[in-house]
Amino acid sequence: MRILVVGGGTAGTITANNLSRRLTGEIRAGKVRITMLSASDRHMYQPGLLYVAFGQMTPDQLYRDQASLLEPTIEFHVDPVKQFQLDKNKVVTESGKTHEYDILVIATGSRMVPEETPGMTEGAEFFYTEASAVKMYKKLREFKGGRVMVAVGVPHKCPIAPVEVMFALDDFFKARGIRDKVQLKYHYPIGRLHTIENVAKWAKPEFERIGVDTETLFNIKEIDAKNKIMKSEEGTEVEYDLLIVVPAHRGMEVIERDKLGSGGWIPTDRYSLKMNGHDNVYVVGDTTNLPVSKTGSAAHFQAEAICENIASIIKIGEPVRDYDGKVYCFIEAGHEKATYAMFNYLNPPDLKPPSKPMHWFKISYNHMYWTSVRGLL
Amino acid sequence: MSETKVIDARDTFCPGPLMELISHIKHVAVGDVIELLSTDQGSAADIPEWVKKVGHEIVGSEQVGNVWHIKVRKAK
Repeated sequence: MRILVVGGGTAGTITANNLSRRLTGEIRAGKVRITMLSASDRHMYQPGLLYVAFGQMTPDQLYRDQASLLEPTIEFHVDPVKQFQLDKNKVVTESGKTHEYDILVIATGSRMVPEETPGMTEGAEFFYTEASAVKMYKKLREFKGGRVMVAVGVPHKCPIAPVEVMFALDDFFKARGIRDKVQLKYHYPIGRLHTIENVAKWAKPEFERIGVDTETLFNIKEIDAKNKIMKSEEGTEVEYDLLIVVPAHRGMEVIERDKLGSGGWIPTDRYSLKMNGHDNVYVVGDTTNLPVSKTGSAAHFQAEAICENIASIIKIGEPVRDYDGKVYCFIEAGHEKATYAMFNYLNPPDLKPPSKPMHWFKISYNHMYWTSVRGLL
Repeated sequence: MSETKVIDARDTFCPGPLMELISHIKHVAVGDVIELLSTDQGSAADIPEWVKKVGHEIVGSEQVGNVWHIKVRKAK
């Protein structure tokens, strides 16, 4: 049984490691082989980028060698897929090699596409890559005061990030002693402050408390970088001195090029996490088209469900459980406090008041991640 | 020839039905219809509000059991 995992991010790495542990005996017996193809020899802890943008972590703290995170039984190649040939159960890589499989796990992830919004690359700061996070920090550091506007593209990964940014900005400018010289304003695409109703209800008084202005039903149409004006699809305009955006995201180019899914998101069964129409292809993490948050935690819980099922199919011929839509997101709420949102397909999150222990749990998790991605936590 | 694309946003709290609509409407052609399935009772109000504000068109809205079927034509 040849299991091929395409993608070495959170979803792919947890999947490969978890499968390796569940199938140790089969791998030793030569009955199962696990191969991973990744675009990079390094693994980034992506939630750390927000801390980099505010000068609380440095980029080198975000990386580990990918090979060091993988079980030794996993065959690892830095050789991204150039073409999926699902009808032939094989992929062709950038180097020209062909990998055949019996089970394929697609975990290629997502990427921000600020270039698709006119003016965004020139006129806005963002923090979804190392370079942009460092640039944003430098802009924040040199900022003397004025209008700081925050806006959100759709779809995007880490749905809690826009809310966290507002608390981080408030803390940052207070610490620098210029909070009274800064207007903070938050713009959100739908008619409330967050897509999760309970987060929106919680954020409203919190934003009022820290002096954040808000505008809802605001979808970024274009940015006039020269005159520092952001325009919305809904017909409104706002002027800014510093603009911070969460850019819209897409799946990876190879997914769109091979017509596996519109926007780079692969049509996926919400319970089995199999690609629609393909019984031996699983999709995990950001790559799915599921109405589920594009976060590391969703990827983690999806990977666990997939691994249990693949292992049980190999061992007893049947899957054992469905993915229930579980997501768990920390929410950094400023002043060294945090809360969390945990939900699934059927149960909305019930937010607790932010606390210091939850903040320290989040800070601890920034290190515990490396245990988690190894499939140990 | 316009097409209808069905988006199943039932039982979702994040990103939610309206976010799903905003996301998917980018990838269909002008004139195409998106049929959004939602179990969120707020969808019947907040989706038409956004559609009207942006300038698209609601071409159907009905509740079947506990599922809202809201059809939106991309107008621009």
